[in-house]
Amino acid sequence: MSNFLHFENVSKHYGEVKAVDQVTLTVEQGEIFSLLGPSGCGKTTLLRILAGFEQPDSGRVILGGKDVTDLPPYERKVNTIFQSYALFPHLSVWDNIAFGLKVAKRPRKEINDAVEAILAMIQMEDHAWKKPDQISGGQKQRVAIARALVNKPQVLLLDEPLAALDLKLRQRMLIELDLIHDEVGITFLYVTHDQGEAMSLSDRIAVMRDGKIEQLGTPAEIYEAPRTSFVAAFIGDTNFFDGVVAEPLEKGVVLDGMLSAALDKDYSRLKVEDFPDVECYNDKQIRQGEKVFLSVRPEKFRISREKPEARPHLNIIQGMVEDVIYLGSQTKYWVRVADYQISVIRQHSRFLLDEEPIEWDEQVWLSWHADDGFMMEKYSEQDEALLPAPPDKVGDEVEPEVEAQ
Amino acid sequence: MKTRARTRWAECFVTLPSLVWLGLLFLVPTVLVFAITFKPATPYGGIGEGWTLETLRTLGNPNYPAIIWRTLRLSMLTTGACILLATPMAYYMARTGEVWRRWLLLLVVLPFWTSSLVRIFAWKVLLHPEGLVKQALVALGLAGPETMLLYNENAVLLVMVYTELPFAILPLYAAADKFDFQLIEAAKDLGATSFRAFRSIFLPGIRVGLLTAFLMVFIPSLGSYVIPDVVGGPTSEMVGNKIAQRTFVDRNLPHAAGLSAILALTVVAPLVAITVLRRKTSPRDALREEGI
Repeated sequence: MSNFLHFENVSKHYGEVKAVDQVTLTVEQGEIFSLLGPSGCGKTTLLRILAGFEQPDSGRVILGGKDVTDLPPYERKVNTIFQSYALFPHLSVWDNIAFGLKVAKRPRKEINDAVEAILAMIQMEDHAWKKPDQISGGQKQRVAIARALVNKPQVLLLDEPLAALDLKLRQRMLIELDLIHDEVGITFLYVTHDQGEAMSLSDRIAVMRDGKIEQLGTPAEIYEAPRTSFVAAFIGDTNFFDGVVAEPLEKGVVLDGMLSAALDKDYSRLKVEDFPDVECYNDKQIRQGEKVFLSVRPEKFRISREKPEARPHLNIIQGMVEDVIYLGSQTKYWVRVADYQISVIRQHSRFLLDEEPIEWDEQVWLSWHADDGFMMEKYSEQDEALLPAPPDKVGDEVEPEVEAQ
Repeated sequence: MKTRARTRWAECFVTLPSLVWLGLLFLVPTVLVFAITFKPATPYGGIGEGWTLETLRTLGNPNYPAIIWRTLRLSMLTTGACILLATPMAYYMARTGEVWRRWLLLLVVLPFWTSSLVRIFAWKVLLHPEGLVKQALVALGLAGPETMLLYNENAVLLVMVYTELPFAILPLYAAADKFDFQLIEAAKDLGATSFRAFRSIFLPGIRVGLLTAFLMVFIPSLGSYVIPDVVGGPTSEMVGNKIAQRTFVDRNLPHAAGLSAILALTVVAPLVAITVLRRKTSPRDALREEGI
């Protein structure tokens, strides 16, 4: 079942712009695979190449063991759910769904049975004879899904299918999509710029930028072990520190309050300017003296008034709270340490009961485990723009706005 | 309730001027034309006293059904040809780039900068036995030296299509411009060939434009009189020519009015029939009918 869907060195240029640049990618049968990235990263172009709406400049597309690169859209066993649904306005819900089967000249009985069955699945039997402009956004979405699925495609292509819906509906449709996938078992190729959608729905995600795949993995792999600063910043929130890899710590030595457990090649010491040395898991075996960037996600920090007890692989630094943003289920702190403003998230399960909340201008201790920091060689200044900026200016937005396509 | 009543009044007030305009300048003259049909003609071209069925009797002349049939046939052919030519043009214009599209639109509108009379006479020059088109066809061996391009039905049809074509292109382009071409992609995605997508999705999508184009071409075509007069011969007369002849040459106004009334009825009767039939079919059946 491997190599079910395979892109082989696929490239597509629009004039000078490389929309898709030498992409090689394999999607397994039956999985929900997401192409995730900001607008203009090439994810939609890649989907359109598979659908047959675009011809790649070079490379091949293999589907189910068959080279489909040169086939017109109507000869490929893939169906697309468009961002705007693209329901035929002059046809009823019933006829919209039946369109593909009628074009394929299936027997009337078979068409009737298939349409009725899928109408029941999306619970739209009562709306079968309505026109698309007489039903709601969520219903249109369901009709679009049914219209595609009734043809039993090998791959279902979803092009930002939830972008036009409001937040509540989007969350409900996500669950519905997942249920539908469980029911039909068809491979989903899901294109989105919304990391939340991709994370909650996908078996695997390919994060794309500038026509290239930046990282490919399960949602947890991508979030917990980002390979580049772009992935770290685009998926969730993070803090970047630049430092130089120093020699590993010897066993049993206490340095700057940090107790090293072992002379362990897996852990490296990192020198960050104006910081006490920090320890970090070195999964990439980056050599001594290299300049690297350390990424630590806000929720990996523990914030406390009292200095935490030193433990192996625990990094401890002191800082000053510059801003506190109460968000209900959690509180976000901006903590100043040397030149850095560190974003720290604290989930509270028993907020006011245990202690006085930490306030502005308080001295606090931040601690995090060496395993929770990631060293990255590939770093670009502009990726920091993806992160929420500290609110040091009036009018600054707290939440990052990723531009919709 | 009060606000709704006020809106109703406001609507009436705003519609009033156009209602008065249509009533005075369209409805009254139409009724007058119908009425004059039943008046006797005077020898000096006036309208006599009393009522008579004399005009109706003369309209029974077997020449008239032939002329009316020719008028209808030429108008239908013109409309069909215009829509066949204009629909792919509109499709192309809506899909092409901004610059090209502006040039094409200019080309479509350009003929209106010259009087239509001048353009019709230009065709006469082109189709003339010594004219450019004739000479070219003979040179290419596509026409014999004796072939007559002018003064027949084909010449009338050609010039009518030429004259009416912009009136088909413009509404069809307006409809195609508003058409969401992603629907074509969706249709192909569902397995439809380009032609199937065009027929099952594009044509229904621009049906309002098709209807407008039909009316914009068919109705003026029915009334054409200059084109058959200039490039047509005695065997390609249309109702318009007869009406002009009765008015200006025979000075028989009731007769001209009778012909006009028949022409009006041939247009209005099918429209009324369609409207009545539409109302009788239930929306549910209509939905099924429009299925592919």
